[in-house]
Amino acid sequence: MLDYKPNMVLSNQEYNVVGTRPVRPDGADKVTGKAHYSADINLPGLLHGKVLRSPHAHARIKSIDTSRAEAAPGVRAVITAADIQKPSGRASELAEGAMVNYRFLSNNVIAEGKALYKGHAIAAVAAASAHAAEEALKLIDVEYEVLTPVMDAKEAMQAGAPLVHERLAGMTTASIRAGGVLDDDDASDGTNVANHFEFKLGDLEQGFAEADVIVEKETSTVAVHQGYIEPHCATAQWHEDGALTIWSSSQGQFMVRDYTARLVGIPVSKVKAIPMEIGGGFGAKLTVYMEPLAALLARKSGAPVKMAMNRTEVFEATGPTSGTYVKVKIGATQEGRITAAAATLIFEAGAFPGSPVPGGAQCMMSAYDIPNAYIEGYDVVVNRPKTSAYRAPGSPAAAFAMETAIDEICRKIGMDALDFRLLNSSKEGVRRATGPLMPKVGFIETLEAAKAHPHYSAPLTGPYRGRGVASGFWGNNTGPASAVALVQPDGKISLTEGSPDIGGTRASVSQQLAEVLGIPVEDVTPQIGDTDSIGFTSNTGGSGVTFKTGIAAYTAAQDIKQQMIERAAKLWEVSAADVEYENGILQHKSDPELRLTFRQLAARQVPTGGPIVGRAGVNPPGAGPALATHMVDVEVDPDTGKVTILRFTAFQDAGKAIHPSYVEGQIQGGVAQGIGWALNEEYFVNDQGHMVNSSYLDYRMPTSLDLPMIDTVVVEVANPNHPYGVRGVGEVCIVPPMAAIANAVYDAIGVRMDALPINPGRILEALWGKENGAE
Amino acid sequence: MPEVWIPTTMQSLTGGQHRVQVEGRTVRQVINNLEQQFPGVKAVLYDAEEDDLQTGVAVIVDGEASQIGLLERVQEGSEVHFLPAIGGG
Repeated sequence: MLDYKPNMVLSNQEYNVVGTRPVRPDGADKVTGKAHYSADINLPGLLHGKVLRSPHAHARIKSIDTSRAEAAPGVRAVITAADIQKPSGRASELAEGAMVNYRFLSNNVIAEGKALYKGHAIAAVAAASAHAAEEALKLIDVEYEVLTPVMDAKEAMQAGAPLVHERLAGMTTASIRAGGVLDDDDASDGTNVANHFEFKLGDLEQGFAEADVIVEKETSTVAVHQGYIEPHCATAQWHEDGALTIWSSSQGQFMVRDYTARLVGIPVSKVKAIPMEIGGGFGAKLTVYMEPLAALLARKSGAPVKMAMNRTEVFEATGPTSGTYVKVKIGATQEGRITAAAATLIFEAGAFPGSPVPGGAQCMMSAYDIPNAYIEGYDVVVNRPKTSAYRAPGSPAAAFAMETAIDEICRKIGMDALDFRLLNSSKEGVRRATGPLMPKVGFIETLEAAKAHPHYSAPLTGPYRGRGVASGFWGNNTGPASAVALVQPDGKISLTEGSPDIGGTRASVSQQLAEVLGIPVEDVTPQIGDTDSIGFTSNTGGSGVTFKTGIAAYTAAQDIKQQMIERAAKLWEVSAADVEYENGILQHKSDPELRLTFRQLAARQVPTGGPIVGRAGVNPPGAGPALATHMVDVEVDPDTGKVTILRFTAFQDAGKAIHPSYVEGQIQGGVAQGIGWALNEEYFVNDQGHMVNSSYLDYRMPTSLDLPMIDTVVVEVANPNHPYGVRGVGEVCIVPPMAAIANAVYDAIGVRMDALPINPGRILEALWGKENGAE
Repeated sequence: MPEVWIPTTMQSLTGGQHRVQVEGRTVRQVINNLEQQFPGVKAVLYDAEEDDLQTGVAVIVDGEASQIGLLERVQEGSEVHFLPAIGGG
């Protein structure tokens, strides 16, 4: 049994800087209003852009007349789809495996021919003031032919369903996320099923034949939004040489550069994308909406243009995550060994292909050792905004099905839920249902920590109270990353890195640099570089920054260290092989008189050979999967149907928590979002396909008053591919909460809640159904 | 010889075989040798214009997703998987 302490870190390796909790370097500016976000940009002669959006979920655009708007006071430019680049969207011309179909991206930024969802951009205006631009929108005359929308993936798969795209090609590989349109000479019918793919392992029939107990169930979830505070905003300014500067809030300035360059038709080298501070993203700022429009308006008007969404636009016109339907079947022996599992996942992609169903499919069974498995996924377009990534994209909805089915099995065979998972847990060398062998992971350690935690053995008494557990898997991502570190003459370091900082990564990256150099992390001043001042760095996403950009900083620090050794050797007129560097001290190996601190040598860097600059461009493999187990106690009010979270403890393998406070913060944030997803959040959509709760007043996210202190237990099973053992931590924490809460609600009221959100209405209907003998 | 696990949707190109032994010391060589045995495979995995793996394809060698794709070394007993790349949030 663990002695209880809140927010435990079960460390197995101690360092000087790594693993400590320094003050966040960007924190003071953020809490005092000095930090610059995208809406803070103001330039001489700045115009303000606004977007005319479709009032219909599905409509053919028969004509657009912008003449009255163009003549309105203060208006400097009006654009439509006629002004944007339209790359080929044909499947035959796409690279196999393309992650972006630029035609679809172009069509999502501004509608061409058809409006595919309520809020779809139709035209945009730049004017001297935001008010003048808004007034001018009313003067744009659009003639629509309103079409019947299709809002649900299963309905969209039916024969005769309205087609979102008349010429969408149906793919059969999960590698083609982007989707494509049929060639002009292809007589095939269009489809709403953008993709259908499968994974198979072992002998499914034999596996189910060996089972003593089989559970089969269906679950569903509806679209939810990431709910970041800062709306999307971008400012664009053209220069006399044809270059373009963009200031925006995103999860990747290089993504902004590349996408915008393609949609405005200039080379990437002509675009400088400047990353501003970001007020939340959670995956939704991995694409562009305003940047190309601002650039096109700025080009047409000859003046810089700023465009900012309001909250309704964020809800209606940016990407939530998918509504989903999952069917799962699991077989197990009476002793608790899983013999086979099969699943069908159907995800709404929104108006264009590319839902996270491949992620859901690849994560769904990866926590377990399942010898016989089958998974199929469907990516289905509907008349909703194009979905975006949202924290562990695809995995939470898949886990909701998988982990509630496992709970049912545990109850049928009378086995403890943690013991069942321990018996079936994946570990190094176990084959995943999708084929590859699992690398070193810490799932067992999270389960053992959960079993030993006082929460698990704490009594939970009283009616309508229940406890649930669930686990989750996320693969984590890596990618190219860059860092440049300048040694200042006072011994401090100016660190420029390429990853926009969403979750405290300035600190976690700086700590890794400081650890190598043996200097206080407070001596490192980190900043995020623009696309002209730092090497390419892949997006801030996939929980990858502390891993990949951390390795870049580690490598840059090693570069500095080596240069410092060579400078000391030159100064002392000895061989570099005779100089050692430890804890910020340069020391001759045999002459104790020859000794310099990092700061002393930094002051002498110029006369010993010039400025010292450490640099690194890396593309490290082996991000290391993350696994988590969550435990939750709930109380259900039988009169109102309200579910109260009484206690929540999250157990997660972080590999090594570089800055434990930010690891805990990531976990607590993921759990908070998961609780909202489980209990309240949803896009309410009416019969016309219009979202009717597009404000934070009506879109019910949990507040601090709704949540208990979310307890965390960080276990550390070092990732062998990182010098300090780091695994990404930001996403797996949102995978288990929905299933854990659903399992706890079952424990409390004896009814399975298989559709999210588990809101008061659904609870009451379930209780009434139970009273009437339904379950 | 390295063993390549053929994705379910590509097994029509390999006559239904889901695991294939194929010579090669790098992923590039493995793909080229696969193409010799099963014409059509290379086009699914390889982008000739970019001289790289197709952008949505991840190659996993002995359990680890490669960051260098075609250049990844493959050992005599290695296991090679081609899976969809997953985007994070």
